[in-house]
Amino acid sequence: MTVSWSGSAPTEGPGANASRADEHIDGNALAGSLREVFAVDVTVASGRCVGCGRVDTVAGLVLYTQAPGLVARCPGCDGVVLRLVRGPDRAWLDLRGVTALEIPLRP
Amino acid sequence: MARLAAVRDETPTARTLVLDVPDWPGHLAGQHVDVRLTAADGYSTQRSFSIASAPSGDGQVELTVQRVAGGEVSPYLADVFAVDDPVELRGPVGGWFVWRPEDPSPVVLVAGGSGIVPLMAMIRTRAGVGSRVPFRLVYSVRAPEDVIYADELRRRTRDDRGLDVAYVYSRQTPEGWPRPPGRIGLATLAEHGWPPDFAPACFVCGPTAFVETAADILVAQGHEPRRIKTERFGPTGPVASGG
Repeated sequence: MTVSWSGSAPTEGPGANASRADEHIDGNALAGSLREVFAVDVTVASGRCVGCGRVDTVAGLVLYTQAPGLVARCPGCDGVVLRLVRGPDRAWLDLRGVTALEIPLRP
Repeated sequence: MARLAAVRDETPTARTLVLDVPDWPGHLAGQHVDVRLTAADGYSTQRSFSIASAPSGDGQVELTVQRVAGGEVSPYLADVFAVDDPVELRGPVGGWFVWRPEDPSPVVLVAGGSGIVPLMAMIRTRAGVGSRVPFRLVYSVRAPEDVIYADELRRRTRDDRGLDVAYVYSRQTPEGWPRPPGRIGLATLAEHGWPPDFAPACFVCGPTAFVETAADILVAQGHEPRRIKTERFGPTGPVASGG
């Protein structure tokens, strides 16, 4: 069972929790919010950037949390790959920057 | 809903929260939880925290919280949150920055400050399952008193076969330390990590700038980028001061 709630997205990465004035964290921190939407952990999926063709895991994207929502960018070209906004009773997921996601599943 | 069962002070600014979580499904070393706090007026805020403990099966989960001056969540958790208080948890989440005991690769762990937390979960899990996978930890702190889990690391270095720990002091060293304080560098990781031809799994966790420096060094050493998993923590929350 995964404990979950409705509400906003994380605004700080895991990894212990001291925060600094750094601008971005890793896509790892998307795991909880994406888990609300998908049945599997999408942070272990890999996708190809529409902008530059680079393949990364979602966990390896560069995540900005200061926007109203979460914005994940390509570490190669800085293009927007994914945006996730959580409202009280719905989420908006924009996957504009990825051509396809390859998602590991149990055989 | 979780409840605080106990507290352990780790350093003057870090403490471990032992949480009772009914129905906890177990977790993998390196996973995190999202913690949500809601104020009386309905305002709520959320942070991710790495799990510090190895999976235990007793419904308890430990988080180690570093107090951040001016922060929004960490001062509450570090100072105000009291035994028996409830807190909302979501998790465990994250399947990327995890160490699985069935992976036979040697492991290099690189921690900056409280970035030690998920790496400690890996060290504890390794001991818990009796793994002999060789682990090397390079742990960078500002000063000796900032070392979280200092006693346990000393004990494990002695008792856990195949675990090596090296320290880097960036601002102040212990007395008699052979080197002046300084940042983590190529020489340190070359000496205390694994060579690239061992194809180790590399886990780096800490503040963003630290993680980027350490990951760049590992790449420069010749480690395959896909073998280097990073977890930056960090920035600010909804207010500029964050934390």
